[in-house]
Amino acid sequence: MAKLTVDDQDYDVADGNNLLHACLSIGLDLPYFCWHPCMGSVGACRQCAVKQYADENDERGRVVMACMTPASDGARISINDKQAKDFRAGVIELLMTNHPHDCPVCEEGGECHLQDMTEMSGHTTRTYDEQKRTHNNQYLGPLINHEMNRCISCYRCVRYYKDYAGGRDLDAMGAHHHVYFGRHTDGVLESPFAGNLVEVCPTGVFTDKTFSAHYSRKWDLQTSPSVCQHCAAGCNITPGERYGTLKRITNRYNADVNGYFLCDRGRFGYGFVNSDDRVTQPLARETINHADNTNSDTAIQCSTENSLTRLTQALKDPATIAIGSPRASLESNFALQSAVGESRFYRGIAPSEDTTINTLLKFQQSSCVNSASQRTIESCDAVLILGEDLTHTSPRTALSLRQTVRQRARELADEARIPFWQDAAVRELAQQEKSPLFIINTHKGDLDDIAENTYFNSPQKIARLGFAIAEQLRDKSGALSASLTPEEKEMCSTIVNALSQAKRPLIIAGASLLNEDVLNSALDVIKSLHINREEVIQAHLVVPEVNSIGLAMLTQSSAERSLSEALKQIESGAAKRLVVLENDLYQRVNPEKLDAALEKLDEIIVIDHVWHNGMAKADLIIPAASFAEGDGTVVSSEGRAQRFFATFPVNADNSSANDSWQWVNQALDNRWKNFDAIVNACAESNDLLAPIADLAPPADYRQHGLKVPRMSHRYSGRTALSANINVSEVKQPADPQTALGFTMEGSNVNAPGPLRNTAWAPGWNSNQSIHKFQDEVGGPLTGGSSGLCLFGSAESNELEFGVPSEQTSNADFSAIPFYHIFGSDELSNFAAPIAERSPQAYLALNPLDAAQLDLTQGDGATLRFENLQQVFSLTVVIRPELIRGLVGLPIGLGGLTRHLLEHSPLLEKNLAWQRVPSGRDQNVIATDQSIGLSEGLVP
Amino acid sequence: MNTAILIATVLICLLSLAALLIWLERRLLGIWQDRLGPNRVGFLGLGQVVADMIKIFTKEDWIPPFADKGIFILAPTIVVIAMLMAFAVVPFAPDTSISNLNIGLLFFLAMSSLAAYSVMLGGYASNNKYALLGSLRAAAQTVSYEVFMGLSLMGVVLLTGSFNMSDIVLAQKEHGWFVFSQFVGFIVFLVAGIAESHRLPFDLPEAEHEIVAGFHTEYSGMKFGLFFIGEYLGVALISAVITTLFFGGWLGPEFMPPLFWFCLKTFIFICFFVLLRAAVPRPRYDQLMMFGWKVMLPISLLNLLITAALTLARAS
Amino acid sequence: MLSQLRTLWTVLQHTFTKADTVEYPDVMPYLPPRYRARIVLTRDPDGEERCVACNLCAAACPVDCIALQKTEDDEGRWYPEWFRINFSRCVVCGLCEEACPTHAIQLTPDFEYCEYNRQNMVYEKEDLLISGTGKYHDYNFYRIAGKAISGKDKGQARNEEQPINIKSLLP
Repeated sequence: MAKLTVDDQDYDVADGNNLLHACLSIGLDLPYFCWHPCMGSVGACRQCAVKQYADENDERGRVVMACMTPASDGARISINDKQAKDFRAGVIELLMTNHPHDCPVCEEGGECHLQDMTEMSGHTTRTYDEQKRTHNNQYLGPLINHEMNRCISCYRCVRYYKDYAGGRDLDAMGAHHHVYFGRHTDGVLESPFAGNLVEVCPTGVFTDKTFSAHYSRKWDLQTSPSVCQHCAAGCNITPGERYGTLKRITNRYNADVNGYFLCDRGRFGYGFVNSDDRVTQPLARETINHADNTNSDTAIQCSTENSLTRLTQALKDPATIAIGSPRASLESNFALQSAVGESRFYRGIAPSEDTTINTLLKFQQSSCVNSASQRTIESCDAVLILGEDLTHTSPRTALSLRQTVRQRARELADEARIPFWQDAAVRELAQQEKSPLFIINTHKGDLDDIAENTYFNSPQKIARLGFAIAEQLRDKSGALSASLTPEEKEMCSTIVNALSQAKRPLIIAGASLLNEDVLNSALDVIKSLHINREEVIQAHLVVPEVNSIGLAMLTQSSAERSLSEALKQIESGAAKRLVVLENDLYQRVNPEKLDAALEKLDEIIVIDHVWHNGMAKADLIIPAASFAEGDGTVVSSEGRAQRFFATFPVNADNSSANDSWQWVNQALDNRWKNFDAIVNACAESNDLLAPIADLAPPADYRQHGLKVPRMSHRYSGRTALSANINVSEVKQPADPQTALGFTMEGSNVNAPGPLRNTAWAPGWNSNQSIHKFQDEVGGPLTGGSSGLCLFGSAESNELEFGVPSEQTSNADFSAIPFYHIFGSDELSNFAAPIAERSPQAYLALNPLDAAQLDLTQGDGATLRFENLQQVFSLTVVIRPELIRGLVGLPIGLGGLTRHLLEHSPLLEKNLAWQRVPSGRDQNVIATDQSIGLSEGLVP
Repeated sequence: MNTAILIATVLICLLSLAALLIWLERRLLGIWQDRLGPNRVGFLGLGQVVADMIKIFTKEDWIPPFADKGIFILAPTIVVIAMLMAFAVVPFAPDTSISNLNIGLLFFLAMSSLAAYSVMLGGYASNNKYALLGSLRAAAQTVSYEVFMGLSLMGVVLLTGSFNMSDIVLAQKEHGWFVFSQFVGFIVFLVAGIAESHRLPFDLPEAEHEIVAGFHTEYSGMKFGLFFIGEYLGVALISAVITTLFFGGWLGPEFMPPLFWFCLKTFIFICFFVLLRAAVPRPRYDQLMMFGWKVMLPISLLNLLITAALTLARAS
Repeated sequence: MLSQLRTLWTVLQHTFTKADTVEYPDVMPYLPPRYRARIVLTRDPDGEERCVACNLCAAACPVDCIALQKTEDDEGRWYPEWFRINFSRCVVCGLCEEACPTHAIQLTPDFEYCEYNRQNMVYEKEDLLISGTGKYHDYNFYRIAGKAISGKDKGQARNEEQPINIKSLLP
């Protein structure tokens, strides 16, 4: 603790921070632009000037920049000193000389840090009457809009984009007052974290294009605390709704998880909620007899009562089986599980994934490992990634890793006695010095540029390398290490050295390669490292979907619960009816097998919110609420259970959609009284899930007798919103399920962390206001962050892992998955801008393999699989780092699904293929990145 | 037979007069407040009376479910009946009164006191706190002001030696208008009369800024209309009685018939009632009670004492 | 007491003063241009919609009777996709006009917009938009603000220099 005196008031502040950080932490208002709690200080904007005094007797003092001055013990400063105030007013007036004064047509207006700071500094009247400098804008892709004239040259964008997120195609150009922030030429911003520029930019230079397409002001958005559904990282988000449309996603601060940043898939992938493909009414298939004696199947609208009756019948039938989903909430899965009984509930994930996730879950509960939160990840100092292309499978973790490798810089700074927040100085000091990061994978990824060493080989080989590392860590230079190539041996020992010497090593692996051996090798490394270091090892084990872990936990006690087991049940005739929960089975298993199985069923009921192939054969389709309209709990990779709350009421546009669990609940004659009841029931049913009952205050929680409002206190247009339908205002929809209300009444100022939907404080209309709700700037939220980790380290069930033998397959090729942040996720693909950023389906090959098949980059290839009818025509992409015999298939693109990886691919040249004329249009995704993917991906 | 015709005539005249008074009051208020008042319907807006009547007859006649139904319906009729009954003793012209009672004045006092029941029962039956407050106020007000209302008239009775209204008028032929000899009695009666008919400034039982509409808060339609008519009948009655007792009734120059003089004088007093409403603000309730008990009662007693003394002195 | 009598006398004197009433609708009153009644959306001097859908009127409205949705044309000009005022709620306070940064929303002296059916009091953009400039004849927001639109590129707004060539290092 240091004592700080501000305007003759004494405060206790944390040691080692700068004055700006300290002042904001104690709740004082001090304007700033360039400083960011995650990016430190550079002193570029000169806005946070305060007056510092040497001691009590010093009356003159001197003006200093608060962000560049340490808050040393006994420091005396004045914020309200006239000279400091005039200085700040002068600076803002200068910053505003070239401002285009277009706030009414600016998406940032109303939540603009520049507006707030201008007000705060007291610059209300413009006196400068000379010419304004102008800039042309750039096209930056379908996600982000560029309006350069609004820039105040704080450099936050490039500091975030380049220094923090590792992007390369945004930079500061020009000199003096001509400085321009943009790309070298028009084009899509490559970084998958570019969306954060929208929140990082203190003014409206970078704005959300998807939001602008159906724009509403911040105060008009109905928001709720929510959790991103597009991967298992569990980032906290704030969706905003108006007029029944989900308008945008913004970051919801959670110190342990996403902090201040999201990935672009999470930020811009919300389009499926507004999609025309939403199921809004129950639909039943009817066979219609035509006059000419032909029959045709038609889906017709079915009344809610009717569909409930049919669902009840199905759930009560002992010959019914149910399939859950890793993208449905715990509550929905639990409702269905208890409706049909554990013995008839199946997990609904691909068999290959099933085993890996189960192993992973078992391991996470052992005492040797701690599941690392994103914040913990950033504090590690040596990382081994085994078989994960993180940028595409868990994007937010990739962004955290870019901070992890700066641990070395932190050490160097400590040695040189430079505070870490002195960003420019620390970066200058560290130069290219990084903490060790090793990537072992099948192909190159976006994190390779910060890796100390990379190694690419077949899944089998990387698993063996993993086991070799584990072996060496246990000091057994046995058979495995001997079988490695010299190159591998060197890699192996480097990694072993780095991991054992690090203060806090981190192992990252996951289920993405759908290969049990690769995961097992990583787990073995963790175990060995645990034995080696005799401490709990930090690990982040990535799973593919938002609730993969939750689903696995829910069904852990039951033995064989995979999808193939369910298919067996159907094929054997034991199951007559099927209820599918929010799941497209065609993405999971062999469609031919599935088709055959589904034919045998008497009735198929699908509960889901968007149309997909899995609905084609359904007899009854029941509309479910999406995450934006429903409440639920999901468990992230980290094992963190988090609650998401409906952003807007489900019946906004006469839709009869409802939470999946509510459908089941109604069909069961309301077995659970309300949402809290089902959460408690779920928590009681399973020891692992017990903490979810305490995730958020119950529905009867009140502040001063009122619920926490979803609308801002400035929400406008209440009496005109629906006046075109009926001039008499309708009653505000009630929310009996949660402690949040669809209302403006009440205040969220003191809301508990899990219920905090949006941040606003007087004078702080932008997202920067979050510091008013943090214990300390950049620290946890007051009122507690949301989420509880479900992985206990109580059990010590020691798993044993078998080393895979070095077998050679007869097949020429084996398929490996390639993931894409834009394209591999089922739901985000419904969003047009995400689809625009997705590459076209392709097939990646080693150059030698390609040459053998007479294929070059951009040629067409026909892809078949053994024992499968499906045929794919795909562009060929040459990937030099791919080992011979591997075929990289982008999962989720062009109908390429996970189950295909279980089959051996057969390739031949497609002679009829029309080559796409090369030439870069504006939508080219990769340009100068090292991946070399760009060619041939052009649509 | 003649009496029957007279009753019918008076009844029709009075009821239409009550309706007309609504128009008159609104016009007069308009004039004194520099407005026009109702002038759109028919000649001088007289059609407004008809329109209002149609409206009030066709309005939904709502009895609140929580009200005491029987009494609720009964209450407004009492005031109208009592007021109309009181007119029975008013002499409109020589030998032209429905009933030339010897105790006419007492009958008038009795009838005007009966009207208090209407207000009290109405307020009670409404089962509404504002209505109850209004009726309590009305009860207290009526009881207080009735005392010296009667006393103030005793001077006139002393001078005349009769309770018969016609006798009182005729007596004024000899004595001159009693307003001169009984000026104090006149003032006290005027004030008490205003209070009895719940007119401004003494309309505290229905003071709308405090207790919504007082005793008739729950009333609507024609039942409300009866209260309304009752009030205007009250105004007409008090004016007619003032005319009779203090301004020589039908007496006047010969060139016009006696009925004309009676009507003219009554009309002037009705206008005066309206003028009071246009000009004088409402007192506080405690002020009202204090004024009644501490000022008016002593004055009326004093007046009676002096009148009696003088009468005795003259007689002896 | 005396004051009461004086009041009576004063009021009685008003019998002979002329009524102040203006006999609308027989006599139409003079309402100044700034009189606050029916709300309109005006156009700029070029005949384009002035409203840029900034939502400030809706935010300022004390009875929340304005709702609108922003959209934009191909050249980046913002305008309301729809604009709705529920006049059955409007209290003609004029705060929307004060809040409007483009002089688009204006109150006019036309107060005769009663309806028998309350639903008809809901005005959509087609009902609100007039073809003229209203009270402010010359103001054109896009000529002043720096956002480029069709017919006005960067550097053509008031007091703007031509856009910088960012490849040039000349001062």
